Amino acid sequence: MTTFLELLVNGVSIGAVYALIALGFVIIFRATEVVNFAHASLLLAGGYVVARLHPSIGFWAALAAGVAAAAAVGALVEFLIIRRANTASHGVLAIVTIGVDIVLTTELTRRIGTDVLALGDPWRDRVVRLGPVSVAETRLVALAVAAALIAAFLLAFRHTGWGVAMRATAEDAEAAALMGVRRGRVSMGAWAVAGALAAVAALFLCVFPTPGLDRGTAFAAMKAFPAAILGGLDSTTGALAGGLVIGVTETLVTGYQNDLAFLGRGAGDVAPFLVMVVVLLIRPAGLFGTKEPARV
Amino acid sequence: MEARRQEARTDAHDSPPPAEPRDPPEPARPAGPVRTAEAAEAAEAGLVVRDLAAGYGPVTALRGVSLEVPRGSVVAVLGGNGAGKSTLLRAVSGTLRFHRGGIAAGEVSFGGRRLSGADPSAVVACGVVQVPEGRRIFARMTVAENLRAGALGARGARGRRAAAEARDRVLTLFPVLAERARQRAGLLSGGEQQMLAIGRALMARPVMLLLDEPTLGLAPMAAARIADTVREINAQGTTVLLVEQNAAMALSLARHAYVLEVGEVALSGPAAELAASDEVRRRYLGIGDDPAAPAGGAPATRPALARWPG
Repeated sequence: MTTFLELLVNGVSIGAVYALIALGFVIIFRATEVVNFAHASLLLAGGYVVARLHPSIGFWAALAAGVAAAAAVGALVEFLIIRRANTASHGVLAIVTIGVDIVLTTELTRRIGTDVLALGDPWRDRVVRLGPVSVAETRLVALAVAAALIAAFLLAFRHTGWGVAMRATAEDAEAAALMGVRRGRVSMGAWAVAGALAAVAALFLCVFPTPGLDRGTAFAAMKAFPAAILGGLDSTTGALAGGLVIGVTETLVTGYQNDLAFLGRGAGDVAPFLVMVVVLLIRPAGLFGTKEPARV
Repeated sequence: MEARRQEARTDAHDSPPPAEPRDPPEPARPAGPVRTAEAAEAAEAGLVVRDLAAGYGPVTALRGVSLEVPRGSVVAVLGGNGAGKSTLLRAVSGTLRFHRGGIAAGEVSFGGRRLSGADPSAVVACGVVQVPEGRRIFARMTVAENLRAGALGARGARGRRAAAEARDRVLTLFPVLAERARQRAGLLSGGEQQMLAIGRALMARPVMLLLDEPTLGLAPMAAARIADTVREINAQGTTVLLVEQNAAMALSLARHAYVLEVGEVALSGPAAELAASDEVRRRYLGIGDDPAAPAGGAPATRPALARWPG
């Protein structure tokens, strides 16, 4: 039971981090209808900046710089590539983002090399005991920060002019343009916000118990992809649900690996994708996604 | 054919010449006795479209279209499906690129400011706001959020007070929107959705409203309600360009009207004269036709054929 609770807390925590990544995914998809395969590289870029800067300027300043850098990279990708190719179909743009991802990830992994970079976070490997359950402090912080960021984002999405502009553009870009909404600004904002969220997620993917930022971090980030898909690519609620489902599944399957020996080693890495496939078989639009619009 | 068209045009109205192919941007209007007030307004030009050609890739949708909407007036553009009415409004609002189209030649300006080639948001900032065909409300957002979206591109200070004033005006005009503020817009009836679409556009506090088929698909009662509303909006000082297939309704509202056919201005003149002209009565008001004829298309095409060879 204790093990289960520990795994559950860890799973929810990592799930919240996946939700941050998935949320960025969904924001970009809603604002530009582009599936952003370059998301993992944005995350890697943010994490890399934190890792390189924290020895000289301290952790918090480095984190701010990392978040700003990832947001800037996202905005730049939108401005230099997505906006120029505005007339191309969304499928083509999705493939273009794969190209961006390859370029960015290759350059970053070249710089990282075989190192494992610490991010210099203040929580280190401290463990908190909640009764019989012991949880890494980083996991609790991750959960709290992710929850706060997600809540702030959802409130902004619902109540600010920026959020209304985003939702209007997502629903009907032409009608939104007729209201004077600047599509370029909306889509650039979406990419920047997604980048910033990814950088925060990068931090929590690389802290204890993970050894640090290495070339495999981008792979970990890709687990948020099934989270976004199974939640429904155009649903913010879906991103949260998907993130939690994936996080908990992965942690539980990894934690009970010995009992699930018939699945073989490393089942935890496969489980998220398996869950995604099962969900999509039952609900092709994802848990909260909009079904293909049918005109009545 | 062009000559014939011109002839038909002069037939339609005899008193003030249609001043159609105007060369100078500020045309010296024939300041007849009826038009003195308007002549003063013309000093502050409204919407001027000159020799506009627009299309979608290889398809030309508009050719050499010129029209003018003086400030404070209601001008109607009539025409059947595919006549280029919506293309005209897209060209004004700068949304042709959403349909992979563009302006090939000519110019659109409002109050002396050039709109052609501008971003849709710049057009809205100039005070020219369009209510698109098919209403295009944000169905997944609430009525209140739709109105809020309408104020996003408002001119000048985006102050809360200005937005609140605009909202009060809209809700006075359409009290039903206040009752349904918290509902999803997709749940409104067709007539209510059209009211929301117009109300949303009014949130931008437009100087000029472009209405694309506001009565399309509405019940006669709802259509009459929309017509009253357009009259009231105009009475409050907003210039209106009304694009309609419902010619009877449009001509009853408008002071001046243009008829588009296959992307060109076929007729133009004061609305009352157009409503009285044989051609418009036959082709757009359905008067003088024999709708019960067994070969439905034949009577409609006969007059057109008679004009062509001659």
